[in-house]
Amino acid sequence: MSASAVHSLWTMASAAAPGDAIDKIDTPTIEYAQLSPTLIVIGAAVLGILIEAFVPRKTRYYAQVFVAVVALTAAFAAVVGLAANGYGTTKAHIAAMGAIAVDGPALFLQGTILLAGLVAIFTFAERRLDPVAHGNRVDSFAAQAGSVPGSEGEQAATKAGFTTTEVFPLALFAVGGMLVFPSANDLLTLFIALEVFSLPLYLLCALARRKRLMSQEAAVKYFLLGSFSSAFLLFGIALLYGYAGSVSYGTIAKVIDGSVQEINPALADTMGNDALLLIGAAMIVMGLLFKVGAVPFHMWTPDVYEGAPTPVTGFMAAATKVAAFGALLRLLYVVLPGLRWDWRPVMWGVVILTMLAGAIVAITQTDIKRLLAYSSIAHAGFILAGVIAMTPDGISSVLFYLAAYSFVTIGAFAVVTLVRDAGGEATHLSKWAGLGRRSPLVAAVFAVFLLAFAGIPLTSGFSGKFAVFKAAAEGGAGALVVVGVLSSAIAAFFYIRVIVLMFFSEPKADGPTVAVPSPLTMTAIGVGVAVTLVLGVAPQYFLDLANQAGVFVR
Amino acid sequence: MENLIALLVAAPLLGAAVLLCGGRRLDRVGHWLGTLLAAASFVVGAVLFADMLGRGAEERTLSQHLFSWIPVEGFQADVAFQLDQLSMTFVLLITGVGTLIHIYSIGYMEHDERRRRFFGYLNLFLAAMLILVLADNYLLLYVGWEGVGLASYLLIGFWQHKPSAATAAKKAFLVNRVGDMGLSIAIMLMFTTFGTFAFGPVLEATGETSEGKLTAIGLMLLLAACGKSAQVPLQSWLGDAMEGPTPVSALIHAATMVTAGVYLIVRSGAIFNGAPDAQLVVTVVGAVTLLFGAIVGCAKDDIKKALAGSTMSQIGYMILAAGLGPIGYVFAIMHLVTHGFFKAGLFLGAGSVMHGMNDEVDMRKYGGLRKYMPVTFVTFGLGYLAIIGFPGLSGFFSKDKIIEAAFAKGGAEGWILGSVALLGAAITAFYMTRVMIMTFFGEERWRHRATASPDQPSAEPAAETHGEHDEPHPHESPRSMTIPMIVLAFGSVFAGGFFSIGDRFMHWLEPVTRHDHGHSPLSAATVTGATMVVLIIGVALAYVQYGRRPVPVTAPRGSLLTRAARRDLLQDDFNHVVLVRGGEHLTRSLVYVDHTLVDGVVNGTAASVGGLSGRLRKMQNGYARSYAVSMFGGVAVLIAATLLMRAV
Repeated sequence: MSASAVHSLWTMASAAAPGDAIDKIDTPTIEYAQLSPTLIVIGAAVLGILIEAFVPRKTRYYAQVFVAVVALTAAFAAVVGLAANGYGTTKAHIAAMGAIAVDGPALFLQGTILLAGLVAIFTFAERRLDPVAHGNRVDSFAAQAGSVPGSEGEQAATKAGFTTTEVFPLALFAVGGMLVFPSANDLLTLFIALEVFSLPLYLLCALARRKRLMSQEAAVKYFLLGSFSSAFLLFGIALLYGYAGSVSYGTIAKVIDGSVQEINPALADTMGNDALLLIGAAMIVMGLLFKVGAVPFHMWTPDVYEGAPTPVTGFMAAATKVAAFGALLRLLYVVLPGLRWDWRPVMWGVVILTMLAGAIVAITQTDIKRLLAYSSIAHAGFILAGVIAMTPDGISSVLFYLAAYSFVTIGAFAVVTLVRDAGGEATHLSKWAGLGRRSPLVAAVFAVFLLAFAGIPLTSGFSGKFAVFKAAAEGGAGALVVVGVLSSAIAAFFYIRVIVLMFFSEPKADGPTVAVPSPLTMTAIGVGVAVTLVLGVAPQYFLDLANQAGVFVR
Repeated sequence: MENLIALLVAAPLLGAAVLLCGGRRLDRVGHWLGTLLAAASFVVGAVLFADMLGRGAEERTLSQHLFSWIPVEGFQADVAFQLDQLSMTFVLLITGVGTLIHIYSIGYMEHDERRRRFFGYLNLFLAAMLILVLADNYLLLYVGWEGVGLASYLLIGFWQHKPSAATAAKKAFLVNRVGDMGLSIAIMLMFTTFGTFAFGPVLEATGETSEGKLTAIGLMLLLAACGKSAQVPLQSWLGDAMEGPTPVSALIHAATMVTAGVYLIVRSGAIFNGAPDAQLVVTVVGAVTLLFGAIVGCAKDDIKKALAGSTMSQIGYMILAAGLGPIGYVFAIMHLVTHGFFKAGLFLGAGSVMHGMNDEVDMRKYGGLRKYMPVTFVTFGLGYLAIIGFPGLSGFFSKDKIIEAAFAKGGAEGWILGSVALLGAAITAFYMTRVMIMTFFGEERWRHRATASPDQPSAEPAAETHGEHDEPHPHESPRSMTIPMIVLAFGSVFAGGFFSIGDRFMHWLEPVTRHDHGHSPLSAATVTGATMVVLIIGVALAYVQYGRRPVPVTAPRGSLLTRAARRDLLQDDFNHVVLVRGGEHLTRSLVYVDHTLVDGVVNGTAASVGGLSGRLRKMQNGYARSYAVSMFGGVAVLIAATLLMRAV
């Protein structure tokens, strides 16, 4: 549509006098201030693209890092400001013509995503781990995304000192989509947010500097399976629209519980058909379960986590999970509560399978990244146990768990980037033997993260697990908690096994070295350790915060 | 006035803190400081006592609430003190005898380089013991109970360089744990039964509680008393505890701590009154122990161990009396106090003898010492006359009353208990006469020791330090040691008479213990007569055996009973066979079960989970197409299950 056409549409709308036959079209209202976190991030991403176009190659890296850090910090400040002004509690409402909810869970999760994104950006920007190539410091990303792995073109790009600074705007776009995802209040916004954050992630996965073939394979798998699941989601949206005659969360919920019975004449054949509702809901839930990595939609996780550049893995494992669980929470608590007697038993099965499969398969893993991938599946199961509690405690415990878990995850993957040998990161577990003797500090930090994953008291993992299991038990899912605790016991085995390997095995002669990182990665790891310990030792303030934030606006 | 109660505890507690944390710079004044604070506590006690006498019999109880210790909903534990006539009696005994023994220790421990620490421990003991008797609830009592256990452990093992002392301390500690377990279980039972463990509410509520519960609580309290007061079957530690310095034996293992069990039972009188079965067990334990201790006392050649056997036996009397219920509570406490005087005096006398004899403890190497240490002889002699119940002295009054009360119990029980108590009196007379004769009369066996048996190996560490052929030079102890002995001898002579004339002590304690006279089948005169007869028989037998014939320096082999008694009636052998061996067998079988069954299950589970993991892992084959199929299958199942749920 050309600009003049838009103009004529507007003039026509305003020219229509009151009392005319044509209904008046309200001027769309956008609450810019309340959407500012998302707008800042998306704007910064656009700015990043302009930087790629106009700023000289030498200074691009610095400009990009600066823009990304400033944008994420400013967006976080905006979130804090909104929360301080009561938008999380008393002033919670639905903004942007019903598309976006501004409420406690949304702000809490946005804050978590922004902080996790900020910490992840630090690991993206790390340039001291790889040896200097042709006089240039290099990061974890390929010199030139378009060059064929191992080709002369790649060598030339490396020699010329090319770097893929596009990762920063890509990450910002992803963060922008993730910010919208948990606050989306209609199904279309949900879908668009999903695509906005998924597409940059597919690209980021393909950009590893080392082991590029594996990285590209991971990206292709992720893209294929991701599209597959998006298709299901979209189909589910269509079916739900057919059932309810609306994509708005509130309206669908009202149609489900029967308080709205208006029939849209165009949809007279389908509206109110329960089969559409059930199948559509199952498909949408499936699309979200894919993103959180729940069984049986988890198969992509280990392959993608292993192949993607490790900073990207950390970012995905943390931020994507937060966003996807946020969307799932809102869907189940706002849209489908009237349907809970149908989906709860099914979700029970998913939760049990996810917890057990994640924990059991992790036992025989030999690669640290795959191990962490399966661990993330098991954790998805634990979080789901809190999600299906269907109580206010369920919401707040999941919020808390997500905040705790995301920093541990980024920290753990950041440590993985440090342990290196000639081929890049040494991810095979056998190489980690005796690490505690060579680099006690790094091994100790990693041990802290592993203990947090295992849910040992005085770490954030314990507080979080305790909260979700408590919520699940009080929500009437005692059996689920029993399975959860059993899986935790199984999971503890492989976490502790890594600790034993690091501290009680003889180091190998040709073992990896531990690179000394720049303050960027150190910050990422330090934040991880600090959050782990603070949320483990004194979780009450944050539990209260999550409690306050635990109410969805409807 | 009630604000002074905390001061009683605070003074020795401060002393312990200062002396134990103060370091070497306090070495020169430490013993004075410790003694001064003990004396200060006694003075405070005396002031409170005078104040208490000034009030009517029913208004004498004072209480002081210090702070809320564990304030939880439904669980209130306070640090609060209660001073009634019973506590007052103990306060005076503990601080009085305690002060005397502090003074005595100044001389006795003069050459010990760790004297400051010793006084720190003594002060710690006083503080803990005062908490024990002043507590107004069972939980705080438990604090004191454990505190005296700790002090006792530290002091028994004070000469820790001697392996025997270290072992004895450990043994005392371990055996006491068994008893302490009883006390903690009793407190838990009280909490579940009454919802509180303050003395007042618990003891008032006993009337509405079932007898079964009271019996359970009573038996657990008895177990606690057995541990602390060295009663059968937890008596084995007391003999070995004599490895500690003699003032410790006098204060802790004769006069005060070991009587804590009696205090506990008398204090919990209301519980026992409602549980006749528990009372019966108490009397049986008391009766058995009084014979057990007396028999052991007859065979020991070590003067302190003979006295330890005697202590056990005398506490047996008290426990027996306490088990008789309201007939006996007053006499249990009265005997406890008089025993505190004369047994502390006897121990101090024994310490004085050892002091003059190069720390020799074997009575067979004493003899004829009355010439060399006249003060010790006279004070020890008065203690001796008191303990055997010589008419007019303390023991006569208190023990006689217990025997009378035992008969007054009535029925076959009364006859049996009374006869046992009488028999005990005879044996007491025998073994105490034996100690007296072997120590102060007869040949001076220590003179011939070097020449008579030069080849005889000497096991005593003292002999090693002084040289194998160094003959001891018995001499009187310094003033600081003899004065406490003289004071205690006064107590031994006059306390019983003072208490009994006009039933003073009975009226004093009556508001707490509610005395009941009972109906004795025998008249008081008959009982007294019988006691006199058995007393004379016991003394005569001892005189015939030890006074008329020379005492061999090497112990003869003796009869089977003698040999068993020398080994403390095989208590350690029994414990070894039943508990140690039994425990070993139990642990071995548990280890076997652990290795085979538990490990089998655990390893089996681990192996099967690992196997499952390996198989599941194969599903992750790396092909995007199979992943997509699994997703498709997954969503199909999801939809089918959702529809099924609706259909159901």
